[in-house]
Amino acid sequence: MHHHSALAGSTPANSTTIDHLNDQGAIAPSISIRHLDHFFGKGALRKQVLFDISLDIDSGKIIIMTGPSGSGKTTLLTLIGGLRSVQSGSLKFLGQELCGASAQKLTWVRRQAGYIFQAHNLHGSLTAQQNVAMGLEVHSEYSGSEMQQLAAAALEHVGLQDRIHYHPKDLSGGQKQRVAIARALVSRPKLVLADEPTAALDSTSGREVVNLMQQLAKEQGCTILLVTHDNRILDVADRIIHMEDGALVQNTKQKTIDLSNH
Amino acid sequence: MKPTLKTTWLQTLNRRTPLGWLQLSHEKSRLLVAIAGIAFADILIFIQLGFQGALYDSNTALIRALDADIVLVSPSAKNTQNLATFPRRRLYQARDIEGVESAQAIYSGVIQWQNPQTQLEANIQVVGIDPDQIAFHLPEVNDQLDTLKIPQAVLFDRKSRGEYGNVIAQVEQGNRVSTEVDGKTVEIRGLFELGASFGADSFLMTSQQNFSLLFPRRSSGSVSLGLIDVAPGQNAETVAIALRSYLTEDVNVLTLEEFIAKEQAYWSTESPIGFVFGLGATMAFVVGVVIVYQVLSTDVNTHMQEYATFKAMGYRHRYLLSIVFEESIILAVLGFIPGALLSIGLYRLAAHATSLPLILTVNRAILVFILTVIMCLMSGAIATQKLQAADPADMF
Repeated sequence: MHHHSALAGSTPANSTTIDHLNDQGAIAPSISIRHLDHFFGKGALRKQVLFDISLDIDSGKIIIMTGPSGSGKTTLLTLIGGLRSVQSGSLKFLGQELCGASAQKLTWVRRQAGYIFQAHNLHGSLTAQQNVAMGLEVHSEYSGSEMQQLAAAALEHVGLQDRIHYHPKDLSGGQKQRVAIARALVSRPKLVLADEPTAALDSTSGREVVNLMQQLAKEQGCTILLVTHDNRILDVADRIIHMEDGALVQNTKQKTIDLSNH
Repeated sequence: MKPTLKTTWLQTLNRRTPLGWLQLSHEKSRLLVAIAGIAFADILIFIQLGFQGALYDSNTALIRALDADIVLVSPSAKNTQNLATFPRRRLYQARDIEGVESAQAIYSGVIQWQNPQTQLEANIQVVGIDPDQIAFHLPEVNDQLDTLKIPQAVLFDRKSRGEYGNVIAQVEQGNRVSTEVDGKTVEIRGLFELGASFGADSFLMTSQQNFSLLFPRRSSGSVSLGLIDVAPGQNAETVAIALRSYLTEDVNVLTLEEFIAKEQAYWSTESPIGFVFGLGATMAFVVGVVIVYQVLSTDVNTHMQEYATFKAMGYRHRYLLSIVFEESIILAVLGFIPGALLSIGLYRLAAHATSLPLILTVNRAILVFILTVIMCLMSGAIATQKLQAADPADMF
């Protein structure tokens, strides 16, 4: 609990964020997708990669998306996170329609979501603390000292209190991914998108990283959408979505039901 | 509203991670290469501008030393090393004009002489003045006007280019040094200080009579420059206007300021030398742009994935631009400092070797610093085009 309050911070902005989440979380799903199609390329080379996707993702849940490579799961992830423009159908992110959204709205979406990449993608010239602070600098409500304080607290929370002044090259793979998690979660986003976060890690580090994500998601009440090939981590999911050839295969599979059957 | 805006701006600066500096300082060797490159470009610019400035200064040194309000000069005179002549009669006529207090003639010509120390031939500019009047505000010349009345006597410029150390030492000890000018003997009986120019290695100051002996083909009725002093309380401009309407068109009437400006304009626009140094400075600038561009574009390429990550986190494109421009400014400042310091040393070396007045003025330092900033910003602006490739959608 101590860690939780440290990561939560104490700015008024944060409390607004949480209220907002609670209001919305109870009523509307954080993400609502209807009849989403997506195409790559132009003219004769135009190729459809997503077919009629309809999906609701509730707040505060961990959703794991699986499927063979090329099945379109990463494309779907980038659409949800505002990294690509939605072409047709409807995609609502916290009630905001992203189909035909302006660049400004996409930037807003990106700021609401925390990203964890397959590669850690930390900035090599920055220390762990500075890297994590970059997750806060994009939000104008934090002062310089608050940023440093919250970044240090977030690193402590992922067990790296001894490494806050280390540069990425002096950290192990697992440690780097933990810094990346701290960076994604330090601004307490409502949605965390993770693309194969354990792919570059050994099984022990991978397990630690996933447990950490699960723990933080519970504490912060955020939604986690995780793309993975790694069957060993499926147990953390509240719900598993399977994709094949650009379409959802099983619409829902509630883990709670699975567990109650045991 | 204004104070609020200011606070916001300061807060923004306060909370901003100095990414440009962190990136540059993280790659020490790349930073050193960049600093060396900019310093090199700056040194080239400093040297070019230094010689250009020295050209203007040295070529106008003689006329800036003139003690006159108005100058009469032949319309076909291109510059003070190549003065065409005009009839001396114009000076007598000038005395008719109200407000003219005195009018005197100056004779000037470039001649080959034999360096008394090395016996080698060199170009020397000989200036013949009236020893009964003050023509220059050069105290050493004015103190030795009586010496000039002696036949064959000349005064020698102690800042001449070439090996004259022994000659100067001898004269300083009170000895006379004789040498040959175009088959005629002259005696150096004193020294003064003016400095070599690009056209002439040194100056000899002598009387009009002695000048005539050195240039037998020139009639004393053909003068190189006419110096006019206006009476106290008279305005030089007004007198110059009166002179212009009174004198025929075979002579130009210029105030001293106009004359200096015209000489400067000749060297900067009509002579190839001003252009050459201008071109040299421009090339150095371009070299600088290329070097800084190389460094910045390598830096952008190396950090492409990190920049794409920032975009995925919600940073705007202009944030990435600010990183590159921050780096540009830092490089400009860090490169300029060693560039300027080394240039001071090189100016000393070059001034010693060429006897030209190479001095690093504050104005020139400011100019080069501004050029350096522009140079780095231009490189930065070109390097930012690569930032378009930082697309977070391509990262997954």
